[in-house]
Amino acid sequence: MEKFTTVTGIGVPLRRSNVDTDQIIPAVYLKRVTKTGFEDALFAGWRQDPDFILNREPYSRGTVLIAGPDFGTGSSREHAVWALRDYGFKVVLSPRFADIFRGNSGKQGLLTGVISEETAETLWQLVEAEPTREVTVDLEQKTVRCGDFQAGFEIDDYTRWRLLEGLDDIALTLRDEAAITAFEARRESWRPKTLPVKY
Amino acid sequence: MNASAQRPRTLAEKVWDDHVVVRGENGNPDLIYIDLHLVHEVTSPQAFDGLRQAGRPLRRVDLTIATEDHNTPTLAIDRPIADPTSRLQIETLRQNAEEFGVRIHSLGDKEQGIVHVVGPQLGLTMPGITVVCGDSHTSTHGAFGAMAFGIGTSEVEHVMATQTLPLKPFKTMAINVEGQLRPGVTAKDIILAVIAKIGTGGGQGYVLEYRGSAIRALSMEGRMTICNMSIEAGARAGMVAPDETTFEYLKGRPHAPQGADWDDAVAYWRTLPTEEGAEFDAEVFIDANELEPFVTWGTNPGQGVSLSDTVPSPESFDDPNERAAAERALEYMDLEAGTPLKDVAVDAVFMGSCTNSRIEDLRAFASIIKGRKKADGVRVMVVPGSARVRLEAEAEGLDKIITEFGAEWRFAGCSMCLGMNPDQLAPGERCASTSNRNFEGRQGKGGRTHLVSPLVAAATAVRGTLSSPWDLEHDTELAVAHTGAQTGAQAEGSN
Ligand code: SF4
Repeated sequence: MEKFTTVTGIGVPLRRSNVDTDQIIPAVYLKRVTKTGFEDALFAGWRQDPDFILNREPYSRGTVLIAGPDFGTGSSREHAVWALRDYGFKVVLSPRFADIFRGNSGKQGLLTGVISEETAETLWQLVEAEPTREVTVDLEQKTVRCGDFQAGFEIDDYTRWRLLEGLDDIALTLRDEAAITAFEARRESWRPKTLPVKY
Repeated sequence: MNASAQRPRTLAEKVWDDHVVVRGENGNPDLIYIDLHLVHEVTSPQAFDGLRQAGRPLRRVDLTIATEDHNTPTLAIDRPIADPTSRLQIETLRQNAEEFGVRIHSLGDKEQGIVHVVGPQLGLTMPGITVVCGDSHTSTHGAFGAMAFGIGTSEVEHVMATQTLPLKPFKTMAINVEGQLRPGVTAKDIILAVIAKIGTGGGQGYVLEYRGSAIRALSMEGRMTICNMSIEAGARAGMVAPDETTFEYLKGRPHAPQGADWDDAVAYWRTLPTEEGAEFDAEVFIDANELEPFVTWGTNPGQGVSLSDTVPSPESFDDPNERAAAERALEYMDLEAGTPLKDVAVDAVFMGSCTNSRIEDLRAFASIIKGRKKADGVRVMVVPGSARVRLEAEAEGLDKIITEFGAEWRFAGCSMCLGMNPDQLAPGERCASTSNRNFEGRQGKGGRTHLVSPLVAAATAVRGTLSSPWDLEHDTELAVAHTGAQTGAQAEGSN
């Protein structure tokens, strides 16, 4: 995973709450067996509307998505994160994220920053008024800037650290392999086993 | 044991504590051991690929099981899957299972079915264990007193490689449901009322523990229905403390513990319920006596009311986001504020999904439609949760009741719950569905979904408009309940 520091780019105002993962990527796109190439699937339903925000310049080149509360609710599909990432988004800002979506994002290097509703409203107004005015998200400082406006965002320290260091979760866990093996030796024999097969 | 063992603990805390491999310090997550990993075709290919690329083995094939459900057709299952992308996903799972040595139940096998139906029916899901699956409705398994939650594909890979997950402890919320449900009111109505009350984000960061006399009185099927939809309230997991009902359900199932193991297990399971004096981070109260059959009117599962209500007006919501969401929802659903929900005619009824496709759900559905004919012009699809449920239903003659009613009796799978297979709504079609999500386009592009219980689905299929069993004539027992309902106050969670 690449190390994450600062992102500067076009901010996309998505004035909607409860953007669920079925909207971020409709189920038909889940049939793919690859982990990349989902850019066409992002908001596929909404993008059929020519007025949808991502069909307008310069938002179509956006890297920072600014959404309403409860972003990423619903299905656990990580494809939602891949679609955002493949499209080019590096950051999603929202007053509230669904837990699974936020967890998935952290693992794929997509930054999810929690902002206040006032910050969301101000950012919306700023990027709507002057779409080419870029938004800067600084993970080190936990700030978002747009023109003269600056506000903080929240992210848990662990995810922030992993993003800043670009660390792979599995490698991190395997450092504790001895502890895992010891734990397995203690497990009770009644716990379920899928093998051998019993009917 | 750790320090937290000193004070009274909740069910969730106990299960958590017993799975900590490494305790995280300074705000770092705990490393949690995973007892059971369920796998299906949609969220696993990229995870297997990740293992392959990194040259890592799958650590515990004996704690892993795969089934095919999301893409499988529910007709002509002996023929090759027509849609090439669906076929590719299924074939990819089969190849991966073979390469990594994972047990798989493929289409045509009698244990094939929706992953959340298969785990419990095999007796793999049991109290006090941790269960994960790359699927948000993994919360279903919490009905047994397991800590069960959905994970993303990166986490699937992580579990495959390490049999653990780094996780921060969840907060706990008690959902107290006291009282007695009236006839015609079911577990589905309880959970829809809970979600309407706390909202789709209300459970965020929490494990919900469903408690109280109304929960204790439920069968395992009913508890699974409730835990299943915990995710619709934004919660990571839902749990019910194990009790005699749980043990009775499990005993004798293929993978349930046996002999001395069974005795040890039960002795341990009896220690799991939340102790007197344990504190929850939040509490919610629902009066079961006052609940009515419930239905959603909007495009998120929190947008629900009692079936005897009318479609709410967006102005009735104080929160501007909720108001805007309601406006959008009414437009999408093509509903007018003020319309009695019972006047809303449907084109289709879907009886199935991991929320309501177990044998008891099918029995409930059949009890209403028995000897009746479906309403003209309504398409009624009944999809059992697993091949085994299908066989059980046929042994009881439920399939005959269903086909004589005029409904379609299908093979097992997710089917029209999300329409990844050919079972989809056409644009504009309206469906009463026993599934769990009424999102825009969930059951097919442009399709409109009303979430309901199996009993409401059945009554709706009979009358052609959203209906509860109370609306059916010649049913004395339920008619009595109906009279009671008219004098009863509104369900607490209906606003
Ligand atoms: S039945 Fe529906 S909710 Fe359940 S696992 Fe299948 S697609 Fe998901």
